[in-house]
Amino acid sequence: MVTAERVLITGNEAAAEGAVRGGCRFYFGYPITPQNDVPEYMSRRMPEVGGTFLQAESELAAISLCHGAAAAGAVPMTSSSSPGISLKQEGISYLAGCELPALILNVQRGGPGLGDVRCAQGDYWQATRGGGHGDYFCLVLAPYTAQECCDLAVLGMHLAEKWRNPVLLLTDQQVGQMMEPVTLPPLGPEAVGDPDWALTGAAGGRPRHFIHSYCGRPNELVEWNEKLIAKYQRMATEEVRYEAVEADDAELLLVAYGTSARLAKAAVTAARARGHKVGLLRPISLWPFPSGAIAELAGTARKMLVVEMSWGQMVEDVRLAVNGRADVELLNTFGGAVPRLPDIEARIEAMLA
Amino acid sequence: MTDTKLKFKAGRPTSLLPVPTHYCPGCGHGVAHRLIAEIVDEWDLRGNVIGMAPVGCAVIAYNYLDIDMCEAAHGRTPEVAVGIKRVRPDKLVFSYQGDGDLAAIGTNEIIHVANRGEPITVIFINNTCYGMTGGQMAPTTLVGQRTSTTPKGRHLIGEGPPLRVCELLSPLERVVYLERRMLTSPKEIRLTKKAIERAFRVQQQGLGFSMVEILSPCPTHWRLPPEQCAAYIEDRLTPVFPVGVIKDTTSAARA
Repeated sequence: MVTAERVLITGNEAAAEGAVRGGCRFYFGYPITPQNDVPEYMSRRMPEVGGTFLQAESELAAISLCHGAAAAGAVPMTSSSSPGISLKQEGISYLAGCELPALILNVQRGGPGLGDVRCAQGDYWQATRGGGHGDYFCLVLAPYTAQECCDLAVLGMHLAEKWRNPVLLLTDQQVGQMMEPVTLPPLGPEAVGDPDWALTGAAGGRPRHFIHSYCGRPNELVEWNEKLIAKYQRMATEEVRYEAVEADDAELLLVAYGTSARLAKAAVTAARARGHKVGLLRPISLWPFPSGAIAELAGTARKMLVVEMSWGQMVEDVRLAVNGRADVELLNTFGGAVPRLPDIEARIEAMLA
Repeated sequence: MTDTKLKFKAGRPTSLLPVPTHYCPGCGHGVAHRLIAEIVDEWDLRGNVIGMAPVGCAVIAYNYLDIDMCEAAHGRTPEVAVGIKRVRPDKLVFSYQGDGDLAAIGTNEIIHVANRGEPITVIFINNTCYGMTGGQMAPTTLVGQRTSTTPKGRHLIGEGPPLRVCELLSPLERVVYLERRMLTSPKEIRLTKKAIERAFRVQQQGLGFSMVEILSPCPTHWRLPPEQCAAYIEDRLTPVFPVGVIKDTTSAARA
């Protein structure tokens, strides 16, 4: 019997092991920094659990292998980093359109283009707005520790299967490559898709199953989109996740995820020690975004500070959420740079002055 | 009086749904679909087969074949098929692809799936053009052939010669069975069916990768009456795309 274990691993390895423990038995990947330890880990790990590891010839092939595996009733995983995730967008759109489950890890690096391999959060818009062509959403989970990489990978496997939808695990270079102690959950059984729709061979005279996103008849695509949109609306109400730290009485609320949230959390602790009413709202689900929670806190917190490693992407969702009822400022870095804690603390002091 | 000498030989296969198709008159897809459906019926495969419909004219093949089927993004068809096969290795998995899908946008996929020796079967419909989108030049378009994007005919210089996929895949070690056939006469259609049967057997025996290329008429974009397409295939296509078994290493693979 496999029981919980405590291990020291990277966030990338934690996400991989979390997926395995959440029932993933099919992994298809392609090398790209800073996520190479995921395919390397899976190449060792999958045979141990009777699973399949296949290094694909391209990111397109990796996501297409996920497409096929999911259609056949598995909940597969693939992983990459920003430029590779751009390549996968074709397949992600098909997964969404075909209502197929998959767990997709994006360990973000700097962009645009080839960018660099350092820490960044410039893929927020791509992740939370579908990313590929057409009207769709992926569930987006944003871990900020190695432990959460594991836990949200387990959850992501479950949510992908539950909603028949791609789930994006959005981390960054630091969250992915930093080693931390992780308590592993028990190894779960293989995640298996519903035989009511999966491709299993039409045995016993059952009606054929066909997995498709193409809707050529008049009005067919309208109806298909309406069905998908109704699902996204349910997801948007049922799958909001966030962590609120000292937020209830906060006059200044920080909003941050991933590596930025680690720094923001430290800044909140320091500000509280100096007697300031400062809190943190850390979105765990980036889509659906915790707009309701932020809007509610805007009653108390008249000022908000978004800390993120992009030119300013999540800040737009915060501004939409508060709808003018709080002043929203941005403290950001980009191009592979990470915010400095003293800069966040200085901005907090300036905003409260 | 009933003529007892007449026997009913050629009804619609059960696995071919009794619906009108969207294919043009004289198109080869319907014949190719029928051959697959006949094999599914004769081998009692319905519970054990999963097919891939491509992007292209056969995009809604799942509306005609009464078996489990899946869609793929343009060209990714063989890798989606491999994803299915890896999850369900006991099922017979085939991908049905046109020349744009397989020989242009999906060239990367077909080469690597073939090179890994994935035990799937590819039915490759070669009609030397992009049928669905209006008859544009395909990698298989003949030199001199007029298409909607080669209005003066395909030029060897600049556009290159037609890509021969069977010959391209043939040197790959784990490619076990490659045969090219044509839908030009009842005899040739029967030979095409036999080739598909052999390819399916290669897969069932787990020997490796198998593909049947089918030279298929496209009267609409060839601007030919359907009855002239057979002669066109024999006279114009077969010198470039010779029919026959291109590669068969089943004996060696079995050993």
